[in-house]
Amino acid sequence: MSSARLIRFVLKPAVCAASLGPLGVLVFGAFTGGLGANPIEAITHGTGDWTLRFLLLTLAVTPLRTLTRWNPLVRFRRMFGLFAFFYASLHLLTYVWLDKFFSWREIARDIPRRPFITMGFLAFVVLVPLAATSTAGMIRRMGGRAWRRLHRLVYLSAIAGVVHYWWLVKADVSRPRLYAMALAVLLGSRLFVAYRKAGGVTSPVRPRASISATR
Amino acid sequence: MLIRPATEIPSSEITDERVYVRRREFLQACGLAAVGLAASPIAVNAQAAARPRKLENVARGPFGTTEALTPFENVATYNNFYEFGTDKSSPAMTAGSLKTRPWTVKVDGECDRPADYDIDDFIKPHTLEERVYRMRCVEGWSMVIPWVGIPLGDVLKRFEPTSRAKFVEFTTLKDTRQMPGQRSSVLDWPYVEGLRLDEAMHPLTILAVGLYGAVLLNQNGAPLRLVVPWKYGFKGIKSIVRIRFVDRQPVGAWERQSSSEYGFYSNVNPQVDHPRWSQASERRLGEFFKRKTLMFNGYGDQVAGMYAGMDLRKNF
Repeated sequence: MSSARLIRFVLKPAVCAASLGPLGVLVFGAFTGGLGANPIEAITHGTGDWTLRFLLLTLAVTPLRTLTRWNPLVRFRRMFGLFAFFYASLHLLTYVWLDKFFSWREIARDIPRRPFITMGFLAFVVLVPLAATSTAGMIRRMGGRAWRRLHRLVYLSAIAGVVHYWWLVKADVSRPRLYAMALAVLLGSRLFVAYRKAGGVTSPVRPRASISATR
Repeated sequence: MLIRPATEIPSSEITDERVYVRRREFLQACGLAAVGLAASPIAVNAQAAARPRKLENVARGPFGTTEALTPFENVATYNNFYEFGTDKSSPAMTAGSLKTRPWTVKVDGECDRPADYDIDDFIKPHTLEERVYRMRCVEGWSMVIPWVGIPLGDVLKRFEPTSRAKFVEFTTLKDTRQMPGQRSSVLDWPYVEGLRLDEAMHPLTILAVGLYGAVLLNQNGAPLRLVVPWKYGFKGIKSIVRIRFVDRQPVGAWERQSSSEYGFYSNVNPQVDHPRWSQASERRLGEFFKRKTLMFNGYGDQVAGMYAGMDLRKNF
């Protein structure tokens, strides 16, 4: 089997199935009482955690590809990104349904008033255009340059997502800190690459990197 | 109002509890074995989950509720007790390291009879009462727990507080070997909480030594914990080693950590939001829909008078 076929017919389906695993665990737990005393809280935390993990995984593809020089890695990036969006949607749905029971008035009040919800909402909203333009057809229509620029929004989403987590914990920030550190490494590696491309010490990290970091 | 006889609850619940506890023990052992941990943590788990000793001569106390009790398993496995880790599931797994006998409670400060008491001597003069109370956590969930305890007011009178005693300050054990969570500085250890003297003397306020008719499990704050049902759960300080009468308002551990979020009073109040989330509703564990949070957690008839004329938005 050629490597392209191996990826397409074996590896991708396998990774896709594995990525549905966390959902399977939550659904199985919900029906068997395996989610503990507060199942809805477990679902909220579970979907939130997996959103962040898939965002980080998506952001890890490019640096890993550079490090390993195994280019086919990039063929998993869209899948990871879409799974981040998938778990983010479930996370939002959990909030809208199981926490607020579709009380739109309350939700509309919460979003601007609770900073951690503002951040979480921002992280989600930013992912919507990325998911919508994830197809090969959209890339062609937009043109690679414009598409890449738009998809730098994923940095904003990941930062907002980690801040969302940091701001909601009561006292123990050790876990949000882990996510923040991983994100810092992944974003830092991009700054480093951009810095080297821009010519090292003499010129500051201007065009690409500063946009990536702030957009 | 229908108040269940105290004996009715334990007999039906303890069977369940043993089944639950066994299952949990087994699952924990499997889980830990699967990740290849050494045998010692399993022993600790088994210890934490061991069936608690039943308490004798428990009288039926006042202020009961007919609401459905939160199952023992939930009360025993869903705990905020940061001395044993910040996950709600970790105290049940790690609190076996706490040794609750011998245990000394130091009573001092503005009183005529300060002393160090052995825990059993501390409790002995009082009749154990069962009190079925709602417990509302500041995080937005709630339980209904059949506590076994003694009225704090009766206890405090024994120590003869002086006229300078305006508040009571409680302190939890500080011992990183017994309480491994204290190695991490998420809070400024030891845990401290305080009440105004009239709140402490209020007949609703108890020191709990058990729940569901049996001795408190370590993860629930053994051997002695405070229960103040009209306040958020974190006011109910656990594993108390010191009770001090003071003339100035104590600063609790959470208040010290973030005074804009956790006030001294921390009375359950659906109108005053936590800065980061609403307190208008709560999820009773085991229920799908949320319910409206009641002023003073539904104990307004008994306690509202103590706060007459106070701005509860400022004194949150």
